[in-house]
Amino acid sequence: MADRTTSRGSFLKAVAAVVWKDVRAEFRSRELFSAMLVFSLLIILIFNFALELDLKTRQSVTAGVLWSTFAFAGTLGLNRSMAIEKDRGCLDGLLLAPVDRSAIYFGKVISNLAFMLIVELIVLPIYSLLYSVNLFQPGLLLVILLGSIGYAGVGTLLATMSVQTRTRDILLPILLFPVVIPVLLAAVKASSGVLGGADWEEILLPLNLLIAYDVIFIAVAFMVFENVVEE
Amino acid sequence: MQPKPLALRILDIAAVVVLAVATYMALNAPLERVMGEVQKVFYFHVGTAWTALLGFILGGVFSVIYLITKNLKWDKFQVAAIEVSLVFFLITIVLGSIWARPAWNTWWTWDPRLTTAAITELIYAAYFMLRQGIDDPDRRARFGAVYALVGALSAPITFFAIRLFRTIHPVVIGGTNPEADGGFSMTPDMLSAFFFALFAFSIIFIDLFWNRIRLGDLQEKVEQLKLKISM
Repeated sequence: MADRTTSRGSFLKAVAAVVWKDVRAEFRSRELFSAMLVFSLLIILIFNFALELDLKTRQSVTAGVLWSTFAFAGTLGLNRSMAIEKDRGCLDGLLLAPVDRSAIYFGKVISNLAFMLIVELIVLPIYSLLYSVNLFQPGLLLVILLGSIGYAGVGTLLATMSVQTRTRDILLPILLFPVVIPVLLAAVKASSGVLGGADWEEILLPLNLLIAYDVIFIAVAFMVFENVVEE
Repeated sequence: MQPKPLALRILDIAAVVVLAVATYMALNAPLERVMGEVQKVFYFHVGTAWTALLGFILGGVFSVIYLITKNLKWDKFQVAAIEVSLVFFLITIVLGSIWARPAWNTWWTWDPRLTTAAITELIYAAYFMLRQGIDDPDRRARFGAVYALVGALSAPITFFAIRLFRTIHPVVIGGTNPEADGGFSMTPDMLSAFFFALFAFSIIFIDLFWNRIRLGDLQEKVEQLKLKISM
């Protein structure tokens, strides 16, 4: 009955174990991270040609280009992260573990969020370098953190569902994008506010919206997650 | 196969009759001075919009009830409500577009209501794509309920988020937005045509909703019979 004692042991320990498992697996294969990073750079390249990112357009579209990049690269990461669990029956193994199901959810959210943030932290200096704008502003980093939390929170829930369907990876963006629009909208608005040197009060409104979205959707996902992994 | 219940047959006929009466009343209502004939679209536009929104809200409520009770009956109700609403809402958008062409001089603008309407359609289209990809009825119901819940929460937030910008959509009933374009006040004849249209579409909605639930029952029976034959 050693398992019983762990189940009574702390919830945080279980979350940390899931995160640690993902980080270690990723550290060994580097599949997910490298795919997301290269994909992000390719998207920026495409935007470069599609929008003719000269000095004038750049100022108005930087926030939009950044968030489109993060959104597309994010689905790639979410899909892969859940597909790995599903393919080799790891998800069943995880579900057999005598821990609360929501611990698995939070573990996956944190590891997905971590991969997203690492990719974003590499994309930012590259973008700054290519287009000589300084993206390392504390306000922007805060917006990126809040936006990524909401994105990963909803994305993890929906990716868990989409990998269990027949259409699998093509379904995730279709499910995710329409419900994650408030995040993208508020994040783009806040980011362009920060980059355009707007007043703190103007940025506060979309920031509040991001925080509200994060809280509401993570709470809902936490409550319903059990329903999407039950067999 | 059980025959159609008598009440449903009567409701079928009633739905056709009220639709005809509503059309007659809308066509005979006084002409609006500025917009002329095209304003008549308004009666059906609001009628379909009201029932569609009602259906989406019902869909959200049924999904919560299903997640709590796990009774497949609620899943059938949910699918029926959302499917009818999806069609009604599409009609709302098309009618609105027909009206907007002369009134706003464009088929489409990215106004909060219009954008939210488009996103809501996409959310529920994604809902049906998700359901199509799952064979197991229990899992289909669980995933559908979770997604319908996430969608029903996200749509109002999207509306609020876009509302941070200004709107030009007129609020005919109890609203005074000085920037709204195409608003008008109604004469008693117009009001009666308007309320009758609301009533008519409510009846039509209930009729379709009921028929769709019955269809769901029959579908289930067919699936069971197929299983029996294959065994």
